[in-house]
Amino acid sequence: MSEAKKYPAPVTNPETAAFWDAAKEGKFMIKRCTACGEAHYFPRSICPFCYSDKTVWEEASGEGTIYTWSLMRKSPTGPYAIGYVTLKEGPSVQTNFVDCDLTSLKIGQKVKVVFKPTDGAPLPFFTPA
Amino acid sequence: MGFASLYPSYGHYGGALQSLDTRASHHLRQPAALSQGGIFPRLPIRPVRFRKKSQEETRAETSVLTIKGKAYIAGIYEHPTRHAPDKSTAQLHAEVAKGAIEDAGISKDDVDGYFCAGDAPGGAWPMVDYLGLNTKKLRHVDSTETGGCSYIIHLGHAAEAIAAGKCSIALITLAGKPRTGVMPPRAAGAEVDFESAYGATTHNAYGMCAMRHMHDYGTTSEQLAWIKVAASHHAQYNPHAMLKDVVTVEDVLNSPMISDPLHRMDCCVVSDGGGALIVTTPEIARSLKKPLVKLIGHGEAMKGPRGGKDLDLTYSAGIWSGPRAFEEAGITPKDIKYASIYDSFTITVLMQLEDLGFCKKGEGGKFVADGNLISGVGKLPFNTDGGGLCSNHPVNRGGMTKIIEAVRQLRGEAHPKVQVKNCDLAIAHGTGGLLGVRHAASTAILERV
Repeated sequence: MSEAKKYPAPVTNPETAAFWDAAKEGKFMIKRCTACGEAHYFPRSICPFCYSDKTVWEEASGEGTIYTWSLMRKSPTGPYAIGYVTLKEGPSVQTNFVDCDLTSLKIGQKVKVVFKPTDGAPLPFFTPA
Repeated sequence: MGFASLYPSYGHYGGALQSLDTRASHHLRQPAALSQGGIFPRLPIRPVRFRKKSQEETRAETSVLTIKGKAYIAGIYEHPTRHAPDKSTAQLHAEVAKGAIEDAGISKDDVDGYFCAGDAPGGAWPMVDYLGLNTKKLRHVDSTETGGCSYIIHLGHAAEAIAAGKCSIALITLAGKPRTGVMPPRAAGAEVDFESAYGATTHNAYGMCAMRHMHDYGTTSEQLAWIKVAASHHAQYNPHAMLKDVVTVEDVLNSPMISDPLHRMDCCVVSDGGGALIVTTPEIARSLKKPLVKLIGHGEAMKGPRGGKDLDLTYSAGIWSGPRAFEEAGITPKDIKYASIYDSFTITVLMQLEDLGFCKKGEGGKFVADGNLISGVGKLPFNTDGGGLCSNHPVNRGGMTKIIEAVRQLRGEAHPKVQVKNCDLAIAHGTGGLLGVRHAASTAILERV
């Protein structure tokens, strides 16, 4: 059901355009601060931890583990599972889980990023690794 | 001549103060509400004291560093409707404003502070105009929008404004009709492209919290169900409650799964309606006829995923707003006789009880089980009106009704079947936004005088 789902195209803005440009090439980007060394998501130009403006784009592994999830049993577009994935690089990201049995998700389960098309840039989702 | 205590002793009038005091003294026993003054006081004069105050009370009322004891809730009103297809949203605001003003025993022309949130059509200035408030007198507005806890934050802000002499009679309103029609969407935040497509709703955002809480602490669906059971025990006595049937743990577990692990009965009702408060100075409150309920502590806080670092959805911003309020009040959770805790979902209550310090983190499940939240049965009576889980959740925002039921308890006006004996200290706590994403929390501690 989730495969057929139509997702909204990101609006994008100057601060995040590089993320969506990379997504078109299948790359999942995060931001890292070169002053304090911390990675963060979603990407900002100013580091939310140390307020340095020395943040740089970094391609993430796209691998992580499920921090939590919840399966919405009914919606106008069918059931869907929302959750957070804690990336190997550290930050946790909000996402949906796709291309799997949504009732068998487990906290701690290994997942990997997968992009789904929109009318604009593709959106990152996660699926069991 | 305006009521004496409306006006603080402005420093630049200091020299004239003594002589003016004498001249103005024959006005001092006028009823609080009846001011014919202009925008500013004509004569700054000292507060009237209708009874002897304790040293602590005096200190609190004259210190600029606390709101403790500086503001009283003199008027409350909860709209009896739960479904209002035949009314406008602005009309509901006016009806609850009228209700609270009449409950306090003042006139709408006495209101000099107005507080509203995102549910007020058009915001503060259209509402002030529509409500026919006295614009010659109105001198303080605040439209802080923090979702369901906005009104608890407004209560604190009203106390701050009153303490600073910026207003003396504040009106706070909430109203809307989510049961009749779809609510307008909130303006998008910076996260929009990175989150909106994933469909975070109240159900699944709180579901994510519950899922992780169960994982980390072994909390069970049975324990969560006890929260609904307790609310239903209270709702049976509330003639206005949407759901009056007493339910069991099994009923909750057998209700359909909405968003794992939350069942339908873990979720609050959707209702039209609203509520309003009148917040005022100690002096004005003492001149009115209602039992005295004062604000002695207040806290507010916010929490979000913060760049995704160290994500922990098992606690809320209540972990900060609660201690702030308790510290200001100078009491501890053990002193609380009655608790109004925002119950958008059962997990909301459980997490808030932990975060506020009624039990240790992770022990909320044990704390709420076996009827511990039922008035007359357990140690911490909560949401004795039936709460959002059974009675009312106007505009999908639970903060206002939390304050109202706490005031009823402190006044001794709760239903006799659920009235807490000797209820002198109560807490009203709420959250706004999505606990599983980003949210605000606010805590108010109230005392019967």
